[in-house]
Amino acid sequence: MTGLTPDELGIVALSLRVALVSVVCSLPFAVLVAYVLARFSFPGKTLVDAIVHLPLVLPPVVVGFALLVLLGKHGPLGSLLDRWLGIVFAFRWTGAALASAVMGFPLMVRAIRLSIAAIDPRLEVAARTLGGSSLWVFASITLPLALPGLITGTLLSFARGLGEFGATITFVSNIPGETQTLPLAIYTFTQVPSGDAGAIRLSIIAVILSIAALAVSEWLTRRFDRARKP
Amino acid sequence: MIEVDIEQQLGAFRLSVAFRAEAPIVGLFGRSGSGKTSVVNAIAGISTPQRGSIVVEGNRLYDAARGIDLAPERRRVGYVFQDALLFPHLDVEANLLYGHRLRPSTQHFIDRERVLDLLGIRSLLGRRPTALSGGEKQRVAIGRALLAQPRIMLFDEPLASLDVERKGEILSYIERLRDEFRIPMVYVTHSVPEIARLADTVVLLSEGKCVAVGDADEVMGRSELKLAAGPEEVGSWIETHVVEHNLDEQLTTLGFDGGRLLVPLLAEKRGERVRARIRARDVSLAAHRPAEISILNILFGRVTSIGKADESTVDVEVGIGSESVTARITRRSLRELRLCVGQEVFALVKAVSFDRRSGGYL
Repeated sequence: MTGLTPDELGIVALSLRVALVSVVCSLPFAVLVAYVLARFSFPGKTLVDAIVHLPLVLPPVVVGFALLVLLGKHGPLGSLLDRWLGIVFAFRWTGAALASAVMGFPLMVRAIRLSIAAIDPRLEVAARTLGGSSLWVFASITLPLALPGLITGTLLSFARGLGEFGATITFVSNIPGETQTLPLAIYTFTQVPSGDAGAIRLSIIAVILSIAALAVSEWLTRRFDRARKP
Repeated sequence: MIEVDIEQQLGAFRLSVAFRAEAPIVGLFGRSGSGKTSVVNAIAGISTPQRGSIVVEGNRLYDAARGIDLAPERRRVGYVFQDALLFPHLDVEANLLYGHRLRPSTQHFIDRERVLDLLGIRSLLGRRPTALSGGEKQRVAIGRALLAQPRIMLFDEPLASLDVERKGEILSYIERLRDEFRIPMVYVTHSVPEIARLADTVVLLSEGKCVAVGDADEVMGRSELKLAAGPEEVGSWIETHVVEHNLDEQLTTLGFDGGRLLVPLLAEKRGERVRARIRARDVSLAAHRPAEISILNILFGRVTSIGKADESTVDVEVGIGSESVTARITRRSLRELRLCVGQEVFALVKAVSFDRRSGGYL
């Protein structure tokens, strides 16, 4: 019905799953980091800021390699996670999601941080005097007011995740059905003779997915804006 | 009863304030930068002093020695900020109920319906804060603070961003709340007319220190006021009631123990209480009753005290009945009239000096 082959459907499904899981899992951390960076000053803040932004400026391959070294089967963190929690990232789709999350993290944090910084902190103070605990005030005042930034940040990170290539292929390799997302599949097609047709089909799908994501975010933002206006 | 005794270092500014006040409305008065807002912030728990204690109606909110420092949400303090600070993502109703919903119903003693009616905000419920005028915003902010069931209300220059008309309007709403709910209030301002109209007890702050505490009439006439508000604001208050209105000439007669005052027409009804403020610089003195003079208010009294002379001026207090009026005259006039304590004089006050806009009487 969609005109896609089962292989192509599998690739799209995997890509969406990787991007969605990466966005959903990194969002709470991004909100936390963005809030801390927007509202507090502390020694070492510049360093934290730099580390958060590192994936934006490093070659993705370097990020992927760092993940491999740290979280690979025999890496210092990877072996611990495997032994204590049974979580394995190396050469799994979860590793692809992690690579996407790390690459999209700075984009997400930047967008959310900007919108939190734009909120008058005295609104939170007012809410406290009205009887709200700091956690409740965060949930009922700060988060709703930062919603435009949350939407933008999520979309940017999601789009980054769909297009993620370098870190993913370095960290979790290119395993069909497990870690072969859209960009990796397109790359694979271009590496074989007469693979152009397949590459073009997948590229068109990538374009459609990106436009769809953009449209959803536009719609969300506009709905939100309308709810806010008198 | 509000008992504050705190010390706090805020950058280069040192706040060291101690006072006890029991009154429906306590006025916290001083120039900007005198530490007024720091005091209410400490009461609300927004900032923490280094030393001291804060007790409101017997509830110990802060006590450094005993290690008590209640979180702002547990202090039950209704704070009305200079700019209303309504939550922009919520409509008026949700703003009003924000604190209401957070307090257990056992603490509820202020009824939602009464607040809506008293503040006249029932018709605004569905609106967004952005669609409200300045006065409406401030009324909603007051309602929001009240519905959080506070034990004390703090107003931090709530009229600062309003025009003159709205100021008077909000003041009368605050008076209604005082009469209706009997919650002690702390009202921060640097405006003498606002203090004159609202406050029963005044705490005078200057450079982070409390320089006077006492009855509004007494404190605001004192020379400390000069220190806190500038020499222009020294004056006296006279408790009066409306005797009659002269609509033809647009004048109102106010009566008090000791005489009558003619002032530009007031809105208050006959018999209503009015606190008239007379600035010292608007009062002249004469040794004999002047005839054929444009000044309508000629009050007979005796000099009760003569203040310390400035470079050129001196403040002379004249007792009129049980009230008193301060006159600022030049040293030269003092010499030429040969004024001394006990001497009979006439105090002259122009009717037009009761400026409606400055809220000369409110």
